[in-house]
Amino acid sequence: MNKKMKITKGAVIKEPGSTVKYKTGSWRTFRPVIDYEKCIRCGLCWSQCPDMAIEKKGNKFVINYDYCKGCGICAENCPVKAIKMVREEK
Amino acid sequence: MIKEIVIYGRGGQGAVTSSYVLAKAFFYEGFYSQAFPSFGVERTGAPVEAYVRFSKKPINLRQHVYKADYAIVLDSSLIEAANVKEKLKRNASVFINSAKKRKYFGKDIKEITTDITSISLKIIGKPFVNISILGLFATTKLVTMESLRKAIYEMLPENLAKLNYAAAMEIYKNVVG
Amino acid sequence: MKRVIETSHAIALAVKLARVKVIPMYPITPQTHIVERLAEFINNGTLDAKMIHVESEHSAISALQGALLSNVRAFTATSSQGLALMFEILQIISGMRLPAVMVIANRALSAPINIWNDHSDAFAVRDQGWMQIFAETAEEALDSVLMAYKLAESKEVQIPIMVNIDGYSLSHVYEPVDIPSQTLVDSFLPKFKLEDYLDINNPKTFGPIGFPDSYMYFKEAQHKAMKNAEKRIKEINREFKKKFKRSYGNGLVEEYKIEDAETVFVCLGSICGTAREAVDQLRVKGKKAGLLKLRYIRPWPSKSIRKALNKAEKIAVFDRAFSFGSEAPLYTELKATLQDKQINSYVVGLGGRDVTIEHFKKAYRMCSKNKNGWLY
Repeated sequence: MNKKMKITKGAVIKEPGSTVKYKTGSWRTFRPVIDYEKCIRCGLCWSQCPDMAIEKKGNKFVINYDYCKGCGICAENCPVKAIKMVREEK
Repeated sequence: MIKEIVIYGRGGQGAVTSSYVLAKAFFYEGFYSQAFPSFGVERTGAPVEAYVRFSKKPINLRQHVYKADYAIVLDSSLIEAANVKEKLKRNASVFINSAKKRKYFGKDIKEITTDITSISLKIIGKPFVNISILGLFATTKLVTMESLRKAIYEMLPENLAKLNYAAAMEIYKNVVG
Repeated sequence: MKRVIETSHAIALAVKLARVKVIPMYPITPQTHIVERLAEFINNGTLDAKMIHVESEHSAISALQGALLSNVRAFTATSSQGLALMFEILQIISGMRLPAVMVIANRALSAPINIWNDHSDAFAVRDQGWMQIFAETAEEALDSVLMAYKLAESKEVQIPIMVNIDGYSLSHVYEPVDIPSQTLVDSFLPKFKLEDYLDINNPKTFGPIGFPDSYMYFKEAQHKAMKNAEKRIKEINREFKKKFKRSYGNGLVEEYKIEDAETVFVCLGSICGTAREAVDQLRVKGKKAGLLKLRYIRPWPSKSIRKALNKAEKIAVFDRAFSFGSEAPLYTELKATLQDKQINSYVVGLGGRDVTIEHFKKAYRMCSKNKNGWLY
């Protein structure tokens, strides 16, 4: 058993939002990279990211690589092709 | 003596198919063989392990593989993420897909790294690495390319088998010469 | 011909070789690969059968019942929650004495949600009048399906049967399987023919009410048929050996290094393979271990068990299910069968927890101290 795991009655997870503990960034094979020169701040990537891994910071949209799984939906749907998928190399 | 292999991949990369192809190839080579997956989260991108056993005698053992003689890594980021080293025997051999020219393990592990993704992109036209990396494994001469060819054609539709085998062959030749 | 194939594929081949005509199907992990193969066979014209895509497992088993009543061989498969949803129809099929064959890719029951292997689904339906066989290998899974049809359809038996295979741990394993020829299977498995079936030219009533003055007789008849099956299982095992050159112990149980064993492991399904390996390793160290593999839990092979374990000093039973508030189910039954023996209970591998050689070695040590336990 994972030592951090609590065995609660009925497997109830009492803490809301606990999924943030499970970082999925390492699942990525391709990493989306935003070219802010081209970005028109439309927010389409932010609204369509299935993992809510794109955050709005001021007037900028920033990818949170701790959670981005590299699905590429943002790059596919960017109307000005400002997002490139770059191969992850570790 | 049973020999054990762990194949590390991510959901969708085909690590499980890769283990099945290898089990078939070992069988054509005159071994008894066994392959099975260890599924966690069944989602694209999640780490997946698949196991292969081969032996000159029938295989009864069915537990997961905990100390492998060989590891095949479809995505080098998994070496750390899946803690590959922990599941290796001393003097194990690891076959890695990576474009980086670097060492991932210490002296007690034999490692061989090739940019499988680039070769696959060139030959197959898609970054499918699960079958082509078996060409790298075949450099051990534990399975011949001929056994691998038969296994690949049995497992995949003909058009894909042809391309995947060609990629595996190119990788094999690059190493063996 | 020997080929390396998946256990699910081996089962699909057995269903094809048995010339099954109707396959009502509802998908559930980890059973799905079986029916995917069957759908392929039907699609490429190598299997002449009708697949019915139903809306739930309750419908799948109901359609299986209907198909059998129309006098054709039929097949379905399920797992876990799917089997739970079928519950209502299970005893209707056994009570109507329909020779159904169903594969269960064993999987834990929710909650918590778990898609991995244990035997809680099979044991939850243990008393519904179905025979239950457990396979250890891909080849045994194929053979068990062929044997299951022959057994279920035997006149003195005529009871449905579940063929249990461990989900993932066996269902998704690729290994060498000797695939028999159609001619050989045809010579083993007779054409499907029920004594009573739905026929407009010869009308009969099926599934009537059984009033209090008769109901008990029907139930006792079911039990007697199940006891007849014990003998029939042995006969079929012998006939299978003649035709296919392989067999499984006496059909009901299989012994491994048991003659001089002091401690005997008793288990079901795919973990028997790992148990064999553990027995070998213990013997290298001079420890006299052995294995009794139970192939059937229904009918419960009490005579065969008593004969096999006659000389054993200590017995370690491995359960992959539990009766909450009581004890592990195989343990309970084994104690009832062998009342004068030291028997210890080990609960292992619930919800897909890997069962390893170390578990058997640990149980061996605990058994020598007459201690029971849940082994993690």
